[in-house]
Amino acid sequence: MNDQIKTDPSKAAERMRAGSMILPLAPWLIAAVVLALLPQVFTNNSALTIMNQMSITIVFALAYNMLLGQGGMLSFGHAVYAGVGGFACMHIMNMSDFFASIPLVILPIFGGLFGMGLAMIVGSFSTRSAGTVFAMISLGVGELIAACSVIIVAFFGGEEGISGDRTYAQPFFGVEFLQQEEVYYLTAAWVLISAALMYLWSRTPVGRMANAVRDNPERAEFLGYSSRWVRYYSFVASGFFAGVAGGLFAINYEILTEENLNTASSGVILLVTFLGGVGFFFGPIIGAVAFTLLQTVLSLSTELWAFYAGALFVATVMFFPGGLAGLIMMHVPAFKLRKASGLILPYLKTLLPGAIGLFGLAALVEMTFHFRHAPPGDEEMTIFWTTFDSHSLMPWVIAVAITLIGLGIAKATAPSLRDAWNEANTAGGAS
Amino acid sequence: MDLILVNLIDGLVTGLLLFMLSAGLTLIFSMMGVLNFAHASFYMLGAYFAYSISLALGFWVGLLVAPLIVGLAGAGVERYGLRRVHQYGHVPELIFTFGLALLIEELVQFVWGKNQMPYNVPEILNFTAFAISGNSIPAYKIFMIFISVGIFIGLLYVLTKTRVGMIIQAALSYPRTVEALGHNVPLIFMGVFGVGTALAGVAGVIAGPVLGTFPGMAFVLGSIVFVTIVIGGLGSLWGALVASLLIGWITTFAKSYNIEMENVLNAIGISTPENLSDSVFRDFWSLTSPQIADILPYILMVLILIFRPAGLFGKRSS
Amino acid sequence: MSTPALELTGLKKSFGKAEIIRGIDLSIGKAERHAIIGPNGAGKSTLFNLITARFAPTAGSVKLHGENLAGLEPFQINRKGLSRSFQITNIFPAMTVFENIRCALLWSQGYKYSFWNLVSRSRALTEGAEAILDQINLLERRNLPAGTLSYAEQRALEIGITIAGGANVIMLDEPTAGMSNTETDYITDLILKVTEGKTLIMVEHDMSVVFGLADRISVLVYGEIIATGAPADVRADAKVQEAYLGAALEAEH
Repeated sequence: MNDQIKTDPSKAAERMRAGSMILPLAPWLIAAVVLALLPQVFTNNSALTIMNQMSITIVFALAYNMLLGQGGMLSFGHAVYAGVGGFACMHIMNMSDFFASIPLVILPIFGGLFGMGLAMIVGSFSTRSAGTVFAMISLGVGELIAACSVIIVAFFGGEEGISGDRTYAQPFFGVEFLQQEEVYYLTAAWVLISAALMYLWSRTPVGRMANAVRDNPERAEFLGYSSRWVRYYSFVASGFFAGVAGGLFAINYEILTEENLNTASSGVILLVTFLGGVGFFFGPIIGAVAFTLLQTVLSLSTELWAFYAGALFVATVMFFPGGLAGLIMMHVPAFKLRKASGLILPYLKTLLPGAIGLFGLAALVEMTFHFRHAPPGDEEMTIFWTTFDSHSLMPWVIAVAITLIGLGIAKATAPSLRDAWNEANTAGGAS
Repeated sequence: MDLILVNLIDGLVTGLLLFMLSAGLTLIFSMMGVLNFAHASFYMLGAYFAYSISLALGFWVGLLVAPLIVGLAGAGVERYGLRRVHQYGHVPELIFTFGLALLIEELVQFVWGKNQMPYNVPEILNFTAFAISGNSIPAYKIFMIFISVGIFIGLLYVLTKTRVGMIIQAALSYPRTVEALGHNVPLIFMGVFGVGTALAGVAGVIAGPVLGTFPGMAFVLGSIVFVTIVIGGLGSLWGALVASLLIGWITTFAKSYNIEMENVLNAIGISTPENLSDSVFRDFWSLTSPQIADILPYILMVLILIFRPAGLFGKRSS
Repeated sequence: MSTPALELTGLKKSFGKAEIIRGIDLSIGKAERHAIIGPNGAGKSTLFNLITARFAPTAGSVKLHGENLAGLEPFQINRKGLSRSFQITNIFPAMTVFENIRCALLWSQGYKYSFWNLVSRSRALTEGAEAILDQINLLERRNLPAGTLSYAEQRALEIGITIAGGANVIMLDEPTAGMSNTETDYITDLILKVTEGKTLIMVEHDMSVVFGLADRISVLVYGEIIATGAPADVRADAKVQEAYLGAALEAEH
């Protein structure tokens, strides 16, 4: 876990962190420049697809964190707001006359309005309380709407879903959005706008009170604010931006199905947000970037990627409830004391063997899976660019040895890492 | 009339099954304040364990042993997982159990694969108990009713007549006082969590052969169970019982009688629009009760939450 | 006589069969400092919770500046100019000290549920919050999370939050509970300073604080007020002596 911070600090993280210390505008300008330059670095279509997916997830995760991180409301059914926004956009795409009269770039606004409309209805009874009751209502309403998708065929299109064609919109300064790159810039612009608006929201009176209600709803009531209405406003705003994410999804994939609404999608966005860290505004951004990369890499190389994602999620909740953002921010005091460099070597000593040990463990998991589920006769498998026979003893011995040695060294060096950590976070002293 | 009786029996089976899950969930919730999202996953584990055991040792050993293993697993989750997360607050606890539900589903797929297991009703119970005007009632359903009722009587006895039950009841309402009296509340928590999950395990063992033993079985039933305890009122055992039976019967009846929305609306005086096939509401008009049977619990939940936010038997509003 | 700031008429509260508040009539004038004392379990905190609508009364009424508060939610009562603190420290521990005060200022400065204003852009908010921090001597702790303050500082912050909204009726529930002598003196001075010209109603156990601060005192025993009056009168009241005060007063003289 720690390893990822050191070796894979996403750009988003860097720019947001810098922002909290230097100029308020700087991170946004840097973000804009980075977003503008990315397609020059990664030019092929699959990279563009991944970056678009990342962008959509960023908007959705930030919207989700308006609830979870800033408002303290845990939703198990937030995909429906994005989904309904997306479906609404698909229907607009299919209203040929109307669609031909609006530029594609404003389509996500409609998604947002529909997501917001649904949130206004559901929020009217679900935001009465936070906590468990809210979570259960969100789950029930989510399931209800997902189940409706096969019943109300006119809106949700049944099993096939609804598809359309984004290029029928009014050209926007001559751009018809036939190219993936054009769609990328549209999405990137929306990410920037949405993120900025959500950030500003958190600085408004109602945004500040969302935090207050999260921490102590009763006290907030005695300051003149109804906690219920504060939650309601957060919920509705979150529904709007979720709907925007749904609209972006519609533009990118030109099809929406039941999958965009179901509990699995809602679970993924919870996972993304929590992995990134709910305590800081930029957390979900890191989460979305890291998760999308992880998903892309892992799902290409193993069938078991959902298993690893689940394990990572549970480990995050148990050991790093602050998520990646929390891990990054943990290092701020050391940086301020100018002692962070003293951590590099201890980190390498512990985390490198630890990572190798985990890879060994993953190899064992893969081998077990292959051993149990591969069709009879197919005894060869390939992991980590090595091909071998999963039914012979030697690979097992090697994998077990790597796992034990790796994790063993990590465990042995952990105390010295702890000492180094304490030293790096103590002011003064002999360094 | 006869069909009603058949449906009553079917609904009772579903309702009691739901209650076996919602009872454990309610016990855990009222004691620890944690809604165990992974509760239905333990139900699934029960079915899978029982299947694997039944291959080697037969159904009956599975029925005895699988819930024990599930209960132990549950106690382990409480001891090494939940207790750790507890310090971060309720929301992380919920998220933890949610993650656990995902992980267990993946784990089950990892071990047993994605296909449904051929876990079947044991031969000895595979006959028709009796028939009501041509509708045969399998003996296994009667067996399910007896098992669940038996377990509840046992549970009721333990809760109301034994010392342990008294302590648990006291700990439900006044955990701090009970702790101050020198009882090991963490141990009680672990025990209750273990027993609650073991109950879910039993439900899995006996439901696996009829509802199917497949990786999605936890999610299919799980969300209904949560809906059940919200309808009954979080933390109320009686509420859980009433809501379970209510949902069992409503869904069964909705499935077996084909009531069409058009007839309902006509009956209350709304006439069918002329050009129905062009109407935006055409899907609404052509709804039938079997179609919406599975979402009726959710609709019921939303209605309850709007008109009676604490649930049918709920005491606290939050 | 002008309308009293707070007027309780026939106020009762039962929990099940237990009658905790058994009919209270009390009138507290504008700019009066009124202390409610009484033995443990007399119902002082319950009375506070009835006035601020944390509990609904079984019978009777609460009037704030002549306006009946029946059926209002706590936040609505707060908007009418009544603010309270809690016996158990009740702040926003994860937010900074400054943010705590600023949140307390939002409603009174008319921001309501606005999402078109940025809080950092408002000079009135920043200066107002800093003025209050200055009053409660927490300016130096401005950017610390409130949860990391010392106990006395958290109590001071709680008072700051309570008065920040500019309410003219301030209710403090045992503001000096659990404090050392120096800390108590500090908080007493603070209360004197920040409630200047406002109506103060406080529950307090520490008799030196009560007699140092209060214009009038009410003695609550078993859900009833057995005496109300100026400190000297209450001190001399035979019923009070008998019921409760005797020992405490003896100790003081």
